[in-house]
Amino acid sequence: MTTRIVELRRGILKKNDELAAGLRQRFAAAGVLVLNLVSSPGTGKTSFLERTLRELHTAGAKAAALVGDLETDNDAQRLATSGAPVRQINTHGICHLEAEMVGRHLDGWDLAALDYLFIENVGNLVCPSSYDLGEKIRVVLLSVTEGEDKPLKYPSLFNSADAAVITKIDLAEPCGFNREAALHNIHEIRPGIRIFETSAKTGTGLAEWYAYLAEVRSRNDQH
Amino acid sequence: MHELSIVSSIVDTVTESLAAYPGTHVKEVRLRVGVLAAVVEDSLQFCYGIVTEGTPLAGSVLVVKTLPVKAHCAPCSREVELAGIMSMRCPRCGTPATQLLQGRELEIEAIEIEEPEGIA
Ligand SMILES: Nc1nc2c(ncn2[C@@H]2O[C@H](COP(=O)(O)OP(=O)(O)OP(=O)(O)O)[C@@H](O)[C@H]2O)c(=O)[nH]1
Ligand SMILES: [Mg+2]
Ligand SMILES: [Zn+2]
Repeated sequence: MTTRIVELRRGILKKNDELAAGLRQRFAAAGVLVLNLVSSPGTGKTSFLERTLRELHTAGAKAAALVGDLETDNDAQRLATSGAPVRQINTHGICHLEAEMVGRHLDGWDLAALDYLFIENVGNLVCPSSYDLGEKIRVVLLSVTEGEDKPLKYPSLFNSADAAVITKIDLAEPCGFNREAALHNIHEIRPGIRIFETSAKTGTGLAEWYAYLAEVRSRNDQH
Repeated sequence: MHELSIVSSIVDTVTESLAAYPGTHVKEVRLRVGVLAAVVEDSLQFCYGIVTEGTPLAGSVLVVKTLPVKAHCAPCSREVELAGIMSMRCPRCGTPATQLLQGRELEIEAIEIEEPEGIA
């Protein structure tokens, strides 16, 4: 027997990365801004998205959503009440969305007719960080009820995000939310990231969020 | 627990590359994993033993090389290695590190195989 070392130098998630790169090109060609929303279970992704979809619709923008869930279609049903096109992706136990699942659920949608496509990932702060979905913007959400040190506990995900949304800000006082600590920790892990302090219940902070969406879209259009 | 799907991808990739080396046996699989890759080595090792069973990788050793975060620091105008992932700052001058050069890697670097001798 002889022993030999074979250099492979291959990305383990290469297949996903290639599919994601293909999707990213397709989204750019269609002129649709794609956002991937990630957070712990229960942070408020669906509530935030439901209000965003409804208010974008009222403002005359065209938005659609894909929503990942382990087994149910509850979130898709909630989002569909906004009037926006919504599709459910059942992952059947897989704890994150992958590019292949996103690609499979776009059939029959005219992407060029959309301004925004939101993807609600499975509630999980670890696994989604490794899987590129072809999104332009990764949004990490953090609620005032879950502790200001979340960014320090899940640095991989927070570091991979392009924008951060603090949710349930209407509960900040009763929860004794330490705003300075939360902002500090997010910036420590992801220096310079844009942070929105919002409530899907009262609408606080959403005007800034919509302005950001419009700003990223117009930046997108320039090339 | 996405370590399971990661290990499955490793098995697929290695098995594919073995096609070029018929009759060989895998002794070792070497990974390069950045500290920001969101992968826990213990879980990888645990899944590895289970998933490789009955595959050409059965009985092989998984070696994980951990890579620290490296960034380009503009004020220092050089590449710096960060002390950890709890604070993305240059260890020399404290400037927030926004331009990362390394730390998210998740790749198979190489495999060590044993080939039967004397095959013409
Ligand atoms: N007070 C208050 N409650 C909120 C707000 N946003 C969400 N909630 C509540 O928080 C709970 C979870 O909200 P969801 O929107 O379902 O959270 P999610 O992140 O989509 O949850 P998963 O999809 O299961 O991960 C629900 O009971 C919501 O009513 C908010 O802004 N203020
Ligand atoms: Mg939800
Ligand atoms: Zn420096």
